[in-house]
Amino acid sequence: MLRKRIIACLDVRDGQVVKGVQFQKLRHAGDPGELARRYNVEGIDEVVILDITATLEKRQAMAKTIAAVAREIFLPLTVGGGIRTEEDADAAVEAGADKVSLNTAALKNPGLITTLARRYGSQAVIVAIDAKRRDDRFAVFVRSGTSDAARDAVEWAREAEACGAGEILLTSMDRDGTRAGFDCKMTAAVSDAVNIPVIASGGAGTFEHFTDVFTAGHADAALAASIFHYAESSVADLKRYLRERGVPVRQVDQSVS
Amino acid sequence: MIALVDYGAGNLTSVRKAFSTLGAKFFTPTAPADCAGAEAIVVPGVGHFDATSALDETWRQTIRAAVRQGTPLFGICVGMQWLFEGSDEAPGVPGLGVMAGRIHRLAGDAEARLKVPHVGWNALDFTRPARILAGLPSGAQVYFTHSFAAPVTDTCVASTTHANTFASVVERDNVFGVQFHPEKSSDAGLRILRNFLDLVGPRATGDGPQGND
Repeated sequence: MLRKRIIACLDVRDGQVVKGVQFQKLRHAGDPGELARRYNVEGIDEVVILDITATLEKRQAMAKTIAAVAREIFLPLTVGGGIRTEEDADAAVEAGADKVSLNTAALKNPGLITTLARRYGSQAVIVAIDAKRRDDRFAVFVRSGTSDAARDAVEWAREAEACGAGEILLTSMDRDGTRAGFDCKMTAAVSDAVNIPVIASGGAGTFEHFTDVFTAGHADAALAASIFHYAESSVADLKRYLRERGVPVRQVDQSVS
Repeated sequence: MIALVDYGAGNLTSVRKAFSTLGAKFFTPTAPADCAGAEAIVVPGVGHFDATSALDETWRQTIRAAVRQGTPLFGICVGMQWLFEGSDEAPGVPGLGVMAGRIHRLAGDAEARLKVPHVGWNALDFTRPARILAGLPSGAQVYFTHSFAAPVTDTCVASTTHANTFASVVERDNVFGVQFHPEKSSDAGLRILRNFLDLVGPRATGDGPQGND
């Protein structure tokens, strides 16, 4: 049976992991390589590095940070933030990324999804969608959440899939950093509309929130940052909790030598 | 020295990193003849089966001849699919044909919310003892990302179940294949790569005539 994935997100600025609340008020959370090493030991299933300032400050994806994390783990590694061109994606892949995550650039030019899917395969192309509730719909925002894209998240996810995206990384801007729980309603709406896996993001505060997003939210994977960074909870504890509640997650097999 | 075949199907960085970590010496052959002297041949790959069309009849003949002489061959993901006769993903493109059967699209199950592509960690259910799986327990979990898969035939040594059951590890004589990504499967995956290097023998980690890649 396919396991539900737990993904650790490293929001990186100037080579250091930081974490904000609703995309603002950043605080320092540690060294990317050190965090990745710890999460790997604890049984994380994947790691995502997001260059959170790249879009605003026009910075290239940080090859050094990617390589430092890739050295620590033999797990799928995704890089996002400021990937606007084929060359940006090439640089991330060369540094050790298995997947790239596109956001603003994909909305501006959906053809980039297709180009990268042809070059690296759909499995290597994630389309990240940042969205906020607006009445009964979900409005897409771009440029690190500063600008309304005038698109509906469900409809954009469908189009991204048609263009060749292999996964959707769906972040609730309302919940990001609040620890109030994932937006299960939004996650289910998008997950039910596409055939590709949906990674839920934004709002993880308790272990129960993960159970919720994997059941009511129909998520294939859940991504979190703060809950893990400050060593309040370990990935191993979270997985034990989920297993006890019947959510299938990968168990790190201690017998493998 | 291991020949790591790069036919342009995506990204080999992770495979290179994993083999390097395990001490393997490898090179990327630029022409089929380069494979002739290799201690082993690895065919990795992500993406579309169509990319394997770069491995034309000359490549296929050379690799088949090496296999007949006992050279270990290891296919990963699309590289494993290529060991078979062909794939519904690119019907006109022949596989290597050292394993019987064709690659078919995975089934999904909308009601059970089983999507295609099959992305994530799933279990290897061992069907019989296999050298490539030495040291691993049945049920070991590994990372998959694919939409097509091989049928369960007599070469299958571990199967995996999504909406249907497919061959996730195959082994016959000196030919091995895995549908998942051992280079992305943490300790379980590294163990499988190490098993392959052990099967190749000490020359997998020794210096050969070609320069290291």
